[in-house]
Amino acid sequence: MALLGLILFNIINGIAVLVLISIGLAVIYGMMRIINLAHGEFLMLGAYATVLSTNAGVNLWVSILIVSPIVVGLFGLLVERCIIRFLYGRLIDTMLATWGLSLFMIGGITTLFGTTVEGVSAPLGAFNIGPYHASLYSVFSIAVAAAMLGGVWSVLRFTKFGLIVRATMQNPPMAAALGVAPNRIYMLTFALGAALTGLAGGVLAPVAGVAPGMGAAYIAKAFITVIGGGAAIVTGSGLASALFGTIDQIVTFQTTPVIGQVALLIAAIIMIRILPQGITGRFFRRSL
Amino acid sequence: MSPLFTGRAGFALVIAAGVIVTIALPLIDGMFGLVQATVFIAMAVLALSLGFIWGFGGIMCFGQSAFFGLGGYAYAIAAIDFGGSSWAVLLAIAVPAAFAAMLGYFMFYGRISDAYMGVITLTVAVILYNVMNSTSGSQYHIGAAELGGFNGMPSVPPINLPGDPSAALSPLQFFILSMILLMAVYTGLRLLLASRFGRVLVAIRENETRAMLLGYDPRFYKLVAFAIGGGIAGLSGCLFTNWGGFISPTAFSLAQSAQIIIFVLLGGIGTLLGPIMGAVAIEYLITLTGTQHRFDANLILGVILLGFVLLVPQGVVPAIAAQLARVIPARRRAGASSQTVTAP
Repeated sequence: MALLGLILFNIINGIAVLVLISIGLAVIYGMMRIINLAHGEFLMLGAYATVLSTNAGVNLWVSILIVSPIVVGLFGLLVERCIIRFLYGRLIDTMLATWGLSLFMIGGITTLFGTTVEGVSAPLGAFNIGPYHASLYSVFSIAVAAAMLGGVWSVLRFTKFGLIVRATMQNPPMAAALGVAPNRIYMLTFALGAALTGLAGGVLAPVAGVAPGMGAAYIAKAFITVIGGGAAIVTGSGLASALFGTIDQIVTFQTTPVIGQVALLIAAIIMIRILPQGITGRFFRRSL
Repeated sequence: MSPLFTGRAGFALVIAAGVIVTIALPLIDGMFGLVQATVFIAMAVLALSLGFIWGFGGIMCFGQSAFFGLGGYAYAIAAIDFGGSSWAVLLAIAVPAAFAAMLGYFMFYGRISDAYMGVITLTVAVILYNVMNSTSGSQYHIGAAELGGFNGMPSVPPINLPGDPSAALSPLQFFILSMILLMAVYTGLRLLLASRFGRVLVAIRENETRAMLLGYDPRFYKLVAFAIGGGIAGLSGCLFTNWGGFISPTAFSLAQSAQIIIFVLLGGIGTLLGPIMGAVAIEYLITLTGTQHRFDANLILGVILLGFVLLVPQGVVPAIAAQLARVIPARRRAGASSQTVTAP
């Protein structure tokens, strides 16, 4: 029974990590049809922001919840103004340019801080599920993941900004005719996606190995989750995370974490073959 | 694009230049330079593989390193198990080609769009990277060959004369062999593109629906092109493994895939000469940056990729060719590759 509880907890935690690493990408891809290949490096930047500011004496929770999203959000704004806005409508070129950005960021961080940085340890300690120990910090990251999904959904559903964003996504010329500047909305959406990614990077910083190349470990999983989810940002990435996270954790429990990841990626490729428009391209089509 | 590099005269010029390099470089360059030039050639073959499928097949492969690595590992495993290189070289081409055919069947017959194709190929390379990384320990072996996990496979037997494992090639002979193979691949692709198959392939790149309405099956043509590209990338992996006597999971890494794309983008999409030039230029640049420690090589590669996408999306060779064409009036337009290149 306790073992079952532990497995269940691990599955939920696996799902939460997938939500964390993919929600920022989902916002950017879902709203703007831009595939940001520097997404992993945005996560890395968020993790660095948390680690560096914590090491400089800032409270860990402030670093994670405030510093990281602001730093990466502002960086995203800069990237959108300097690179992305010239490439709207050229999907492949955006992928290539953001890939260049990703290399640039890896190289830049390596040049500035070297190949390693003193990490921060996970706070909060552990709690017991029967005879097993589980990390309380995982509970925190599950809560953040849930808050992110709920937050993005509420913003899109209930606020005026959300309404404008959805309208711009559906029909940019019509939105423009009604007095909305699509370019401004794209800029803000990109910055918002980057900020969410930064927050995720901050949350991951205490539990992941923080290094310039850490983004590569997440990028494939994040993409596959977003693409597997389909057009609806919140429902799509939520459902895809739930599906892939469960597969990953169950296979990991049976074998090793590496095989678990491989199973996740293979399952995702098969799913794209069956549902090229993602889960929400077929089911829950009217969801957000 | 100008016909300058595409006509029969241009082809003769390129091959003549190749022959001159093959003969002259060993005379003027020391052993160190020659060994370094050999890895440039291996990378040029790799660049050709992506230059072909991306520039002429319109296939967006973000994980070309998957085939490169598979070729390298296939060679290493077969060379250790069979004790000679003849079968190993064949397998280094056949295994990635078969794998590409399988993956291609999945993607092309699933009618997956360009962007998803990029993400899927990238994911496949990541899967292979993860799998090979986790194979440390003596329980992971194929025949006598231990896979070695993160540390890779050291002391791979070098290439030898067919049928005689004791007659390993010297670095000079290996350099010449690499040059011959590079020229052979270039020639083979030129001939392929001039054939009916090549023309249909380019037609599909230009307008898939129209080609389909004319009765061609784009899925089949793309599949064959993708498999050929996989085989060439495998050959490059084989050369690379031979060069260092070593192969590791880094061959599958995202950085490796990015480099191949930079080769092609820098040299020019829709040309065959461009990717070769791009590979040599970038490899040379990386060698230079390796000798200083102020900037990381990734930083420079990133700036190059960004700069080219934003400022020179057509690549260097087409840009120069366009400039030259303005000076030298074009007499005739010929060859399958003289069609204008649309931005993919």
